Amino acid sequence: MDSEATPVHAEIALVVNGTEHRLRVDTRASLLDTLREDLGLTGSKKGCDHGQCGACTVLLDGRRANACLALAVAHDGAEVVTVEGLARDGRLSPLQEAFIEHDGFQCGYCTPGQLCSATAVLDEADRGWPSAVTEDLTADPVLDDDEIRERMSGNLCRCGAYTGIVKAVREAARETETDGARA
Amino acid sequence: MSDRLESREKVTGAARYAYEHPLENPAYAAAVQSTVAKGEILEVHADAALRIPGVLTVLSCENAPHLHEVANGELAVFQSRTVAYRGQFVAAVIAETLDIAREAARHVRVDYVSEPFDVLLSADDPRLYKPDKVNPAFPADTEQGDPEGAFAGSAVRVDATYTTPAEHNNPMEPHTTAAQWNDDGTLTLYDSTQGASLVQDTIAQVFGLDRTHVRVIARHVGGGFGSKGTPRPNVVLAAMAAGAVGRPVKFAVPRQQMFATTGYRTPTIQRFRLGADADGTLNSIIHEVFEQSSTVTEFAEQTATPTRVMYRAGNRRTAHRLVRLDVPTPSWMRAPGETPGMFAQESAMDELAVAAGVDPVELRIRNDTDREPDSGLPFSSRNLVACLREGADRFGWEHRDPAPGVRREGRKLVGTGVAASTYPAYLRPNKATARAEEDGTFTVRIAAADIGTGARTALTLIAAEALKADADRVTVEIGDSALPQASVAGGSAGTASWGTAVVRACESLLGKMNGSVPPGGLEASADTAEEIRARDAYARHAFGAQFCEVEVDADTGEVRVRRMLGVFAAGRIINAKTARSQFIGGMTMGIGMALMEESAMDPEFGDYVNRDLAQYHVPACADVRDIDAAWVEESDPHLNPMGAKGIGEIGIVGAAAAVANAVHHATGVRVRDLPITPARLLPLL
Repeated sequence: MDSEATPVHAEIALVVNGTEHRLRVDTRASLLDTLREDLGLTGSKKGCDHGQCGACTVLLDGRRANACLALAVAHDGAEVVTVEGLARDGRLSPLQEAFIEHDGFQCGYCTPGQLCSATAVLDEADRGWPSAVTEDLTADPVLDDDEIRERMSGNLCRCGAYTGIVKAVREAARETETDGARA
Repeated sequence: MSDRLESREKVTGAARYAYEHPLENPAYAAAVQSTVAKGEILEVHADAALRIPGVLTVLSCENAPHLHEVANGELAVFQSRTVAYRGQFVAAVIAETLDIAREAARHVRVDYVSEPFDVLLSADDPRLYKPDKVNPAFPADTEQGDPEGAFAGSAVRVDATYTTPAEHNNPMEPHTTAAQWNDDGTLTLYDSTQGASLVQDTIAQVFGLDRTHVRVIARHVGGGFGSKGTPRPNVVLAAMAAGAVGRPVKFAVPRQQMFATTGYRTPTIQRFRLGADADGTLNSIIHEVFEQSSTVTEFAEQTATPTRVMYRAGNRRTAHRLVRLDVPTPSWMRAPGETPGMFAQESAMDELAVAAGVDPVELRIRNDTDREPDSGLPFSSRNLVACLREGADRFGWEHRDPAPGVRREGRKLVGTGVAASTYPAYLRPNKATARAEEDGTFTVRIAAADIGTGARTALTLIAAEALKADADRVTVEIGDSALPQASVAGGSAGTASWGTAVVRACESLLGKMNGSVPPGGLEASADTAEEIRARDAYARHAFGAQFCEVEVDADTGEVRVRRMLGVFAAGRIINAKTARSQFIGGMTMGIGMALMEESAMDPEFGDYVNRDLAQYHVPACADVRDIDAAWVEESDPHLNPMGAKGIGEIGIVGAAAAVANAVHHATGVRVRDLPITPARLLPLL
């Protein structure tokens, strides 16, 4: 037998949705499988396991990432936010509310990834990060429909809920802007 | 207009799909696929895999338990040494964790005697034959009058061959089963399926069990689009594995393995002939279809059936010819038959419009019919013309210049196109129960499936209306074969079929209640089999019209859909919010069909080579811009108590033709082979 086939384990810590977990993981285990199988956080979905569909998108140390492409052992000490961590004290986030309002999903399987991705999109725009369709790279990006479509294109939806998703992100972006102005 | 009832669960991650139900001490399966396209398995070497710590067992044709034969040969998992296509499941490793199972699967070596194989569809294959029927039970061929003679004698003729490639459904949730054998010998399956009752019946047969000993639970399903309409090998594999290791087993088909093992739309080659008078009035319609199935199971897609429905012509012929190749087994994909068939028909109609110098909207109106041409039956309702007129009005079709290839905006060539849509309004027998409690609440039960269609919500609205109660007092339980037996979420027949049983159960309950609920509550049930058998003979179909504007980059050949509008006539719309989403979802998949979706068969090794989502392209957010769906009011008393036709599939029907017709209008290039990729279009610009 190949020696490489014998499982190797490592102790790691992860802070997931604000709770610290100490885990013994197979060094081959993806962050996605670790969340789903070890921590029972099945909100993050496995659509392709190859970083091609975005259903597993989580916030990893504040940035969106495909959890299926991240080896858990490589993220010892990381802070992870999953779809289960988007609502606060039972109150849905503005994005979650807007996804319901605009029917930004049908089967719901890509939805956790869409929501985590969209949460990061709002943050990235807030930080002034341009996208491939931003014309003026030095100006603050405005999340119009073209920007939203571009920035959300890493998350596939086979049901074809994109129009609802774009409307939902647009609405949440406006709310965030308004909140920002108020603050 | 209602939000989806499971919205909150879906946006918080609380909705559990098949893989996600907590099971005690589950084991994990990973499958091994054949590396030859045709042959016999000589020996399965499992020793290396079995030596890996954590591996529980390896299953293959050498040790699998005997299964009972059922009609679908794909379910005879590990029952034979014969390999029918490359990628067929030939072994499975069951292990303590998924990582161990996957690693061990790489260490299973299978020796084969490989045989010459044939995986390419061609219209002159000598083995093509006429199937006894096409899916699900239509005649393969139909003919009226003298189609060839009338065609030859027509003033305007179109004779063109269209092809559509193999396409894969690719629901976002892979085909998944978690199987558990219980102490009393019963089997519980958490399955990603469009029909819990059908899986229950089929798996009971496969394992020789009484159907009441199998329970299939599918509360949330991550899409299906036909590919989860019948059980696939994953269900059998998981159940067999759970039996072998005496523990629950979870098996999700990896995305790459889905391309061989979970079904796809057959490629088609379609010769379409239209013969018309100078003013475009049709005399002859001839539609000949060539398509494939595997050697495992005959699946004959009903590609020419919409041609039997759409336009008036006294002389007409449709024909299906099938060849059994050494390929994976094709099956249902969103509007099987209508989707590829209407691409051909609605492209041909556009070619006729150009040839006759008639506006394509007007051409379709001119050839409308008040009786179904093939059967002679009256339509229960047919509002194709209303859809065309309403759509033309909303889209701004009126002042369209028909000249192709003349609108240029910088590098972009711009054009518009139209195509018609149709899909049958089926009604299937179902059972349901309705229960009233003393506190004024109601519970309705039926083993329906919500695969993202909004079925749970629609059935709740239907039940509330039938009970004359507020929807928040009504709970509808679905997604479990322990509930009254239901048909699959397929054929756009879910809401109509389940809804009829729900209404009848609710009506029966109201009759029993007679205004009050006795202590302990009251229950009534319904079975719609007899009601459906006794229906009057009508041709029942939904119709629609799709309008599309594209821009084509003259330098790169890239086509982008600028805007798209679908107007549909589908009876009464139960829930406007989710209905619009379903129509738009179908149209979006139609954009994929038109511009990017193509599974490429490798003649060297014999399987689909682009077997993941990086290589099999489906529309992404940036591909879908201004897209909308609307519907015309349609009252049809001959359908079902709700007056509803199905809406799950019609959105994709005709969509690809609308895009292709717009590409012709933009560029003057007629693309008859989908998808319209830059590689295909650019050399012709």
